[in-house]
Parts: sequence; C-alpha cells; structure tokens
Amino acid sequence: MKAFLILEDGTVFTGKSIGSKKEVISEIVFNTSMTGYLEVLTDPSYAGQAVVMTYPLIGNYGICHEDMESLKPWPDGYIVRELSRVPSNFRSDDNIQNFLETNDIPGIEGIDTRALTKILREKGTMNGMITTNENYNLEEVKEKLKKYSPTGVVEKVTCKEKSNLKGDGYKVALMDFGAKKNIAKSLNERGCDVTIYPASTSADEIIESNPDGIMLSNGPGDPKECVSIIEELKKLYNTDIPIFAICLGHQLMALATGADTHKMKYGHRGANHPVKDLKSGKVYISSQNHGYVVDSDTINPDIAEVGFVNVNDKTVEGLRYKNKNIFTVQFHPEACPGPQDSGKLFDEFINMMGGKKNA
Amino acid sequence: MPKNPNIKKVLVIGSGPIVIGQAAEFDYAGTQACRSLKEEGIEVVLVNSNPATIMTDKDIADKVYIEPLTTKVLEKIIEVEKPDSVLPTLGGQAGLNLGMELEESGFLKSHGVKLLGTTAETIRNAEGREEFKELMERIGEPCATSEVVENVEDGIAFTNKIGYPVVLRPAYTLGGSGGGIAHNQMELIDILTNGLRLSRVGQVLVERCIAGWKEIEYEVMRDSAGNCITVCNMENIDPVGVHTGDSIVVAPSQTLGDKEYQMLRTSALKIIDELGITGGCNVQYALHPESFEYCVIEVNPRVSRSSALASKATGYPIAKVAAKIALGYTLDEIKNAITGKTYASFEPTLDYCVVKIPRLPFDKFIMAKRTLTTQMKATGEVMSICNNFEGALMKAIRSLEQHVESLMDYDFTGLSEEELLEQLNVVDDRRIWCIAEALRRGISYEEIHNRTKIDIWFIDKLAIIVEMENALKTEELTKELLAEAKRIEFPDTVIAKLTGKTEKEIHDLRMKYGIVAGFKMVDTCAAEFEASTPYYYSGFGIENEAIETRPEKKVLVLGSGPIRIGQGIEFDFCSVHSTWAFRDAGYETIIVNNNPETVSTDFDIADKLYFEPLTPEDVQNIVDIEKPDGAVVQFGGQTAIKLTESLMKMGVPILGTKAEDVDAAEDRELFDKILEECEIPRPAGHTVFTVEEAKKAANELGYPVLVRPSYVLGGQGMQIATDDSEIEEFMNIINRIAQDHPILVDKYLQGKEIEVDAVCDGDNILIPGIMEHIERAGVHSGDSISVYPAQSLSDECIDMIEEYTKRLARSLHVKGMINIQFIVCDGQVYVIEVNPRSSRTVPYISKVTGIPIVKLATKVIIGEKITDLGYKPGLQDKADYIAIKMPVFSFEKIRGADTCLGPEMKSTGECLGIAKTFDEALYKAFLGAGVNLPKHKKMIITVNDADKHEAISIGKRFEKLGYEIYATRSTARVLNENGVHAIKVNKLSQEAPTVIDLILEHKIDIVVDTPTQGRDKTRDGFLIRRMSIETGVNCFTALDTVNALLTSLESNVKDNLSVIDIATVGTK
Repeated sequence: MKAFLILEDGTVFTGKSIGSKKEVISEIVFNTSMTGYLEVLTDPSYAGQAVVMTYPLIGNYGICHEDMESLKPWPDGYIVRELSRVPSNFRSDDNIQNFLETNDIPGIEGIDTRALTKILREKGTMNGMITTNENYNLEEVKEKLKKYSPTGVVEKVTCKEKSNLKGDGYKVALMDFGAKKNIAKSLNERGCDVTIYPASTSADEIIESNPDGIMLSNGPGDPKECVSIIEELKKLYNTDIPIFAICLGHQLMALATGADTHKMKYGHRGANHPVKDLKSGKVYISSQNHGYVVDSDTINPDIAEVGFVNVNDKTVEGLRYKNKNIFTVQFHPEACPGPQDSGKLFDEFINMMGGKKNA
Repeated sequence: MPKNPNIKKVLVIGSGPIVIGQAAEFDYAGTQACRSLKEEGIEVVLVNSNPATIMTDKDIADKVYIEPLTTKVLEKIIEVEKPDSVLPTLGGQAGLNLGMELEESGFLKSHGVKLLGTTAETIRNAEGREEFKELMERIGEPCATSEVVENVEDGIAFTNKIGYPVVLRPAYTLGGSGGGIAHNQMELIDILTNGLRLSRVGQVLVERCIAGWKEIEYEVMRDSAGNCITVCNMENIDPVGVHTGDSIVVAPSQTLGDKEYQMLRTSALKIIDELGITGGCNVQYALHPESFEYCVIEVNPRVSRSSALASKATGYPIAKVAAKIALGYTLDEIKNAITGKTYASFEPTLDYCVVKIPRLPFDKFIMAKRTLTTQMKATGEVMSICNNFEGALMKAIRSLEQHVESLMDYDFTGLSEEELLEQLNVVDDRRIWCIAEALRRGISYEEIHNRTKIDIWFIDKLAIIVEMENALKTEELTKELLAEAKRIEFPDTVIAKLTGKTEKEIHDLRMKYGIVAGFKMVDTCAAEFEASTPYYYSGFGIENEAIETRPEKKVLVLGSGPIRIGQGIEFDFCSVHSTWAFRDAGYETIIVNNNPETVSTDFDIADKLYFEPLTPEDVQNIVDIEKPDGAVVQFGGQTAIKLTESLMKMGVPILGTKAEDVDAAEDRELFDKILEECEIPRPAGHTVFTVEEAKKAANELGYPVLVRPSYVLGGQGMQIATDDSEIEEFMNIINRIAQDHPILVDKYLQGKEIEVDAVCDGDNILIPGIMEHIERAGVHSGDSISVYPAQSLSDECIDMIEEYTKRLARSLHVKGMINIQFIVCDGQVYVIEVNPRSSRTVPYISKVTGIPIVKLATKVIIGEKITDLGYKPGLQDKADYIAIKMPVFSFEKIRGADTCLGPEMKSTGECLGIAKTFDEALYKAFLGAGVNLPKHKKMIITVNDADKHEAISIGKRFEKLGYEIYATRSTARVLNENGVHAIKVNKLSQEAPTVIDLILEHKIDIVVDTPTQGRDKTRDGFLIRRMSIETGVNCFTALDTVNALLTSLESNVKDNLSVIDIATVGTK
C-alpha cells in the first residue's frame, strides 16, 4: 500500500506504508545512528515526534526485546529508506514490520531519506503527516500541520506509579520524565537502590524519602512546558542532596535556576556527537537526542558554569553547579544506542554521593 | 594541544614495491600524510624504493630518496638529511619494521632523532605475539588461545587442552605454506610434522580455531591527549578463515545490533588507549555468531589497507589526521576537511552502504589454487557505494573488470545438486556466484549458511538479486519492475540479456519512464551538516544532489580501476598528474574511479570525484549530469582506453590522440599498414581465429612463435609456442576467456628489448630517454629489469629508435603519450608493440630524467607545443645517473602459481636502483627487491638443455664468489666436465635426499631453474621453484637475470652505497 509523507512546507514524499495504516501528524526529526533502531523507537524522548532514520537499512538484526529502552515504542511515526526483509541475529525474536504493526505505529518506507534530512537541516524541524489516503488535499493538510503543536508529552510517557530496583548501595530517587531504562540500570549496576518516581511527584515527597542522590531523567518535548516540575526542582536545588541530570532533566534544572532554553534548528539526534569535558579537556563521543538546548548567555556564572560543550557547534552540553553537588548533561551517558564513552559520569555521581559504598 | 614546535624536519618512510598485502593504499596514505605535513610548514624527507608512486614525486616531499628500504640506507639518509623526527606508521608493515629496527639499534637516539606518532614500546606491545597476549590478558580482552610448539608431542598436548579443531601456522614460512586446520589427532600429526620441517626456526603456532565466526574490523584514531574515536567499522561477509584483504567487506557492519556494535567499539577504544597509540589503528575481531563472545584477532598500530578503505568509505581522511596527530595536534583541533565546519573529533555516520570486493589474480595464474585462506592473495580491490546493499554489491562486481557483471557470470549450472552442495564448502573467489546458483535451485538459506557460515542476512540479499534475475526473465517489464531492477543496480546490459531486449531498448525505456541515476554526496555526517567537497556516488530512485557547474572548461579523467598484475599503481600516478595539469590550466576536473586504495580517489585531488564503476553505462550517468567538454582516456590504462568508443557515442570529445588512431595501433591489419608506410620492420606475424589457422601460421613463420590475444593487458594469455601441440594448448587457454578480438601469432625473435615513452604534439616528439631490458625478448617487459639509459645500443640503433618513434607518433596522429617496444636483433630494430597511451614506465622514466612527462603530455593535449614548453624536440640528453627498475613478485602468496618468467606478466610491483655507476644501480635495485646476498653461499643450479652451455660461465662466476654449487644430474655433469665443481643432487623421483630436502635445510641462497622451452611440463621444476619461493629462497628462471645478479654481487659497492635526492636528478 502506498503511503505519503507530507511536510509543512508542502513537500510530499511517496513511499510504501509500513506498520499501522492510521494517519498521523507529528513533528519530523532525524536520527543519524547507524545501529540501535529499537533503542531509538523505545526512547520515550521521541514521544510527540516522528523519526526518520538517516541510515538506509533498518531492521537488519530484527527485534531483540531485551534491548528496549522502555516498555513500548513512543514515536508517532517511523520513516525509513528500507526495512530488511529477513532479519538476522541470534537474539532476534521478531521483525520490525510486525513490531510496528503490533504497536500501532504508522510509517513510510522507500523514500529518499537523505533528501528529507536535507530539507529538515536547511529549513529546520517541521511538522509532517504520514497518511495512506491518496486523496489528501495538500492545502488543507498544510494548514493543519502549521497549527499542530504537541503538548503534555511528559505526562504521557512518565510512569504512573513509583517502582524500585533493589540495590545495596546508595539510595537514588530517579525522576522519570520519560526515562530510558538504561539510566536506572546504569545506577543499579553500580549498586544503587533506585526508586523511580512519576514526573508529577512533589519535591517534598522526594526529600522525605531521604535519598542519597537524585537523578533527573531525559524526556520529550519543550522543557518550558513543564512549569510545575520546574517549581519542584527549585526546591530540590535548595537541598544538599547530590543531583545528576540528563537531557530534559538538565534543561529543567537550568530553567529552575534562572537560565533559559531555546529550540534548535534541527537538534542533535545520533550517536556521533563530540562533547568536550572542559574540566579534563577530554572529548567523548556521545549519544544524543534533543531539540532544545540551554542558552549559554543566560547562565548565571554565580550559579553554574558550562562543564561540557559540543565540539561542532559549541552549544552547552552540560553544567556544573557552583557550591552544589549538582551536575547535569545534555547528552546520554547511559548510551543505548550509541557509544559508552561517557558512562564514567555515573561513577562521578556515585563519588558525589560519597564514593564507593557496598558496590 | 597545539603543534609541537620542535618538529621541523620529518623523515617519512614509504612501503616499498607493491606486493600482495602491501599495495597502493600506502601511496595514498603516504601522499596524504606528506601533504598534510607540508601544509604545516614541516620540511619533509621521503624515502621509498618504489618509483611508480605519487609520494616519490618531487612536489610531494621536499627531498625524495628512491632508495632500497634497508636500515643501512635509512641511516645514511638520516646522516645526510639530519631530520629531527621519523614517521614510520604510514609505510605499512615495511615502514613500521624499519622504524623499529632504527629505534632498537639505538641509532635514532644517538642521532637525536625521535620516532613520531606511536612509540616503539607501543609497537612492540601490538606486534609481539607474547607481549600482545599479555597486554590483552591484563585488560581483560580475549584473544584466541594459542601456543608456539617445537615438537609434535607438545602440539598434541596443547590441542588436547584447548580442543579441536585447531589452526596450525608454521613460523617464517611464506604464503601460509605448511599451515592448515586440524580436526583430529591424525590430521594434527600430519600437518604439524610437515609444518615443523618447513619452518626455518622449527616452530609452529597452534591456535584455537575460530573459523566461521563473524569477522569485524574497527578503524580507530587516538591523539596524544587520549581522545579516541572510531572512524568506521566493517563487516566481512566471508567469516573468519579468509584474510580480510580477500574478503568481501561491507561498511558499516550490517548484522550487528547496537549492543554488539558498542561492545566491540568500546573494546577497540580500550585497546588503543591501553596501547597508547597516537594516530590510526586497526583492530580486528572474531565475533561468535550466536553469542556475545568475541576474540581480538589482530591489532595494526598504523594505517593499513583497511584504513584506506575506511577513509574512502566515510570521507574521513585517516592518514591526514594521523599526520597532524603525530605533530601534536589533538582531534578537536583538527578541522573535518569534508564539512569544513566540524572537527576530526567526531565519528562519521553513513547514510549509504559500502561494499569492497578483492581483485584476485587467478586470471593471471590459471594454474593456481583459487582457494581463499588466511594468506592474502588479492592484488587490489574495488569499492562501491549505494544506498542499498544489493546495489553496492552489483556495482562492485562490475567494477572488477573480470568479465563479470551479475551473479550469473560464473557458471555452476553444470553441477549436480550434490556437487553444488560440495562446491558450497569450497571457499574461493566464486563463492557468491555459487551461492546464487544454490538459491536458484531452491537450496535453503540454512543449508547454505551451514556450509558457508555466511550470515543469513547476506544470503537473503543474494536471493533478492536472484529473484530479480528471475522476474526479469519471466515477467513483463513494467515501469515498477524496471525501476526496482535499477534500484538494486542491474546494469542495462544484464536487463537486456534477461528480457531478450537490446541494451538500447532498455535505455530508451528508462528514459521514457524517467528512471535515471541520481548522485548523492559522501559527507561523513549523513547530511546533518553541509559538506563542501563534491564526492559523489550514484543510485536510482533518488533525488540528484550533484551540483551542476558550468565552468569555462571541464574535463573528465577516467581512472584505471583496481590494481591488478599488468595495470598497477603507475596508472594512478598518470591519472593524478594529468588531473593536476588540467587544473593548473584552468580546467574543472572530474575523476571517475572505483579503487579505494589510490591517491586519485582522495577527495581533494580533482574538483569532483565520482566513485563509480568504469563501465559505459555508469560513465554515461556522469556525463549526462556533468556534460564535460572532453574526456581524457590515455592515462587510465586499458580500463580507460576501453571506454573510448562509448564516450564518443555519448558525444564526449576524446582529448588527445583520436579513438581511430588508438584502434589503428591495436588492430593488426591497420597497424601493419602503418608500419609499412613508415618503413618500419616488425617480426613477421599473422592474425588468426582458430587453432587450425594458428598452426598454419606458426608453421609458415617457423617455430618458435608468440601467441597472444589482441586487446589485452600485460601479455595476458601470451605464450611462446615451440610446436603444434603447444599451439593447441595455448589456443584453448586463450579461448577460455571470451574473445571478441582476433589472436595474434608472431615470429619470436630472441633479441634485446628496448622501450620508449614519448610525448608527441602532432609535429614534434619528446623522448625523455631510452630504456633497455636486461632479459632477452620473451620475458614480459613488466617482468624485465629495465635500465636507463640504454647501455649497449649503437648510435645507429639509437638514431633508428628515435626516428621510428617520430614516424609512428606522427602517422598515428598521437597527441599526448605513446609507448613503443622494440626488439634489436642482429643490429636490426623491429617494432613489437605500440600503445598510444601512457604506460607502466612513465613514472619511472619521469623521475629518473626529471622530465614531468604526464604534465607535458597533458599540456600538449590542451594544445601547447613541445617547443613552447621549453624542451628541444627529439631524444633528450642522458641523465648523469644510471637508473634500474627491478620487478618485484608476490609468488609466495599465490600457491600453485608457476614462478617461471615468460611473455605473460607476473610481477606485482617494482623498485628502483639509482646510482652514478651501473654496478651500484644494479646492486641497489636487487637490494630494493629484497635480494640481499650472500648469506650461506650455497646454491642449486638445474637448467634445461638449451641453457646448459650458458650455465657453465654462471657456475664459474658463482664458484669464484665462493659459492658451493649443487646441481641435478645432467646439469652437474656439464658443469663438472667444464671445470665447475658441482655436487650432484637427486631429482624428486629419485631416492632421498633429493633437491627438495636440500632446500629444506634452509641453507640455500639461490636456486637457478630454467624451465624447458615453452612451458614446463615436468612437475619437478615446478615443485623446486615453488618450494624455493615458499621457504624464502631466491629463485631465478632467466639466465639474463642471474648474470645481472652476478654482476651486482661481484661489484664491491655494497659497503658504501650512495643516496640520491631525486630532485637533483635531471638530464643535462
């Protein structure tokens, strides 16, 4: 069956329908990772977005369920050049076609994904529609696309109730704004007893649970939308509890301390982004997935200093807070997908909580 | 960390002659590195014995020494030049070993010279078997368990500990001889006994067998601050067991999930960090296909063939960045030259798929075993890029120029199902064709996988291609079907064959449906950033992004494809220099080529690079978009010449010599007419098609005769026949390869062979110099030792050669290059071959005369006159040096290949000896080729009857040098009868000890074995030659070569060799 991808600027790509046949409107973003399509699909940060994979051959190693970064896939739509007909991997127990269908995710295959990526690069991220309806009215669709704006995505992806990963080490409260599974796992592997809290949990509840440290997770959407969370983070900032934050968590902490964020032209999504640790001078290759970024001009030097920058575009990749046990990063030290180079940052968090303990 | 200010003058070590396993990739790496160093204001001194390279050009480095790569020579150069540093990691294993020897002997330290890049300790840790094992154990990285044993009992005991099967590798044997896989104790004893005997040091490595695992490579970079990145990973379609150089390779890996990908990536970074490598490094893994278990197979602490491939596959210039790192820069300080915006501290991400296929020499060595093992046999490779795997594979197949354009070209249809299944177990270069046949017969993926261990994913991709063949054969050719066939890169020729239509019909149909190729850019970043270097690949069903340019003048330069015997790196030298000359003349330049090892496919050589197969259809796609003002074909070897007619049909003017004149030189009858008009004699000959005609011609001419197909390279299929039965045999071999062209039978003249390269502007010619071959006619010119200037020609002969060259160039209307081969026999000059194009000897003669011939030829093509270029017409004055080009062979790598020299070219590379005197030049040339004698002063002579007389003087001269001579019965008798003391040894059929046992004592320096006239039919000679080669004994099959060797051994130059900066060499 034919499918169409219609962009806000009127560009139409014609391809083959994959996954669900339902029509969807979403923000179109591209990811440049060559492996890790399942991790991308199940990263809650993609809620409210349709993802185009720039690597043309997707689904080669099937679906290895243990690699899922959350319980289900989150993107509104999936855009690829070619899905593999026969997947091959010793752990694979499904193929991606079935996976998309089962999870009711519509998609399109067989389009020139590089041409699409170039449009997004040049004009910036924009909305688009995936449809199998051949009789669409382009002008009407364009109107609709212009008006579309995803909201409430954090509420959509956060866990409904708190849960716990047992450990003998530090007690960490993980605020789930759309957390990837590997964040909790990375902490747990280091001995931490991790309690995962819904995004709406109050600061008081967290503080009362008396954690050794707080982990603010990644998540989807515009950080400025999370008004009430920001308010709670202000309270957490004022405690002495060590805090480590990733991605959305990093942006929210910045907003809570008076800095500003803005939307990037087309964001950073991929597994090859160089990040320089200004303290050590070392460059890490990092996994990234963000469309918003902390504005470096708005950082109050009395509160925080830039700890990490992106080597390519010099944007803020992390902050170290002054006189506080708080540091935050824009990239994903938990990897999955992507390089494991910056996994050491979890160790730094452990040190911040007081060093090795029962681990 | 910025550049180290103490580094001002660097000695770069090249890799020497092209041999199997060490080819053009190091010219590419070295050239890129030299340019990168010069960019930084560093004075660069280069040493490399290979004159065919671009790196040995005087514009690439400040000082260039084309000298033998030995420590003594290097020490001398260091003493003369006084560099502050040596960069050894860009010249392959040869360069690395030399750097290590200089370091370990303390020479560098005592001369205040630093080893740049990776330290000696690091190299020891990565290269030393024990050190490496220990290091890997320390950091918890697994290697295949192994142990060196010196007797069978220890071998059995160790194997019982680790379990069967095991791989056995004898130490210090060449070509993997004596090695193998043992599945049980009987096989173990068998292979081990033989291996211990073959090994010069009596050692065999017993290793756990991991054949069948996935083979994965990572290309990693690290700077002195410890920043690490991976440039690219690659997956071998052929699992462990086939050398990566002989494997079909895909980049990036296709069947690894992110977990496996990152696991190995993290391991690679850990290893490079632990080793403390600064620069590029290659790590090879075996990954268990059914678990996360893996082994580190090998680490190369230097740039390699794989890094050249990774550079071309991703656009990331590894050698250039490695050179900058060696100077002290860190990755985040080095700009990504492709985007111009981002930095070298990132990892390229691909939005396409790259396939590499090795170019194997089995068309040259038809008797050799086609089996692929852990010993590399490929002479070169092709790479292709497409946005799908099937397309990339199909493009790579047709880039090979081995009469293959689809999965139907090696015919396995004659095999029964049982035979076919058996054939699937055979690991050779035709394996994917065999799998395709199995798929056509409905053999299951599992069955194929079980036998080949090739991943199901790849088998399915082959199945998709096979299904398309069938669809084209049986279904109506709809727009959709045609579009899909093109998407997976079926060429029009194949679609035409399968649908029963003509190629033109298919082409017209495509135009009607609008199914045309588009081009995408290789940009290192999957379009995330704008790229500024136009490096393109094609695909169908995609939007074109090749930027249309309409400069005043635009030229298309056609490259020479994969390196193969007969068409080597010399043609890349010519293509690149021509491109530069066009650029200097204000042209926009476009290069089309498909060889990832070469300089020509570096992204900043031409204004635009199209990485594409060199077939008419693929070139047409480029022409349609670029609309060049002209194409130049005379620098890209036969590959480019073959495209002449097609280019003219496309309406692209051929710059330089016209196509019809090229044809005239190749077409026997036209050529005979021209020779007649010019009053130039040639050996008598006839054009034939059948065996009967050939026999008739031969008898008319009188034996011996030369038999060869027209339109071939390097004398492929050329043989000297001495009687009717040999004619039959050779004709059958020639006809095995499809022939559109007639076969030539010529009278064989055993004279002196002379070669000339010249530039002609239509009126005048310029001959930089005359080259004379040491071996008499009958040995292919590429396999002969070539001397400049010619030593033994009379002035009359020289005048005649100049005159004939002028006449031929004029009557062929040559504009540009011409290469002519002469035979001088009894004072008479004959022409045997004319190539109105650039030749193998062009880089050599350019360098030793100091005349930039390619540049001059290009200027002439553009319209300038020789007299305007500052040269007097005609033969130039002799340079005041003697320069000798020595062929270098890779026989030890190709099991079963006969080493005897003849009209068919067999050498893979060459080196140069240059000096004030003939003797020293000759000595240097032998030394550069690895002939470093004497050692044990023992030799074996076994010659055919015709050579017995000449063997006497040879024996005498060796005896005088103190050699102990062994000879087989009749040779021994002749020698002894003539006063040469020779010890008789038994032939193979006689009782032990035989000549083979003698060789296996590892005390023989030289074997002189001349085959019986024509081809050697006795297995004895063949076995003796093979055994010599495989145990590292110098084996000579032409007495002229032996005489030359004697001359060099008799001279007393060896202790005081001169070193010469090539930039100071020139004609008077």
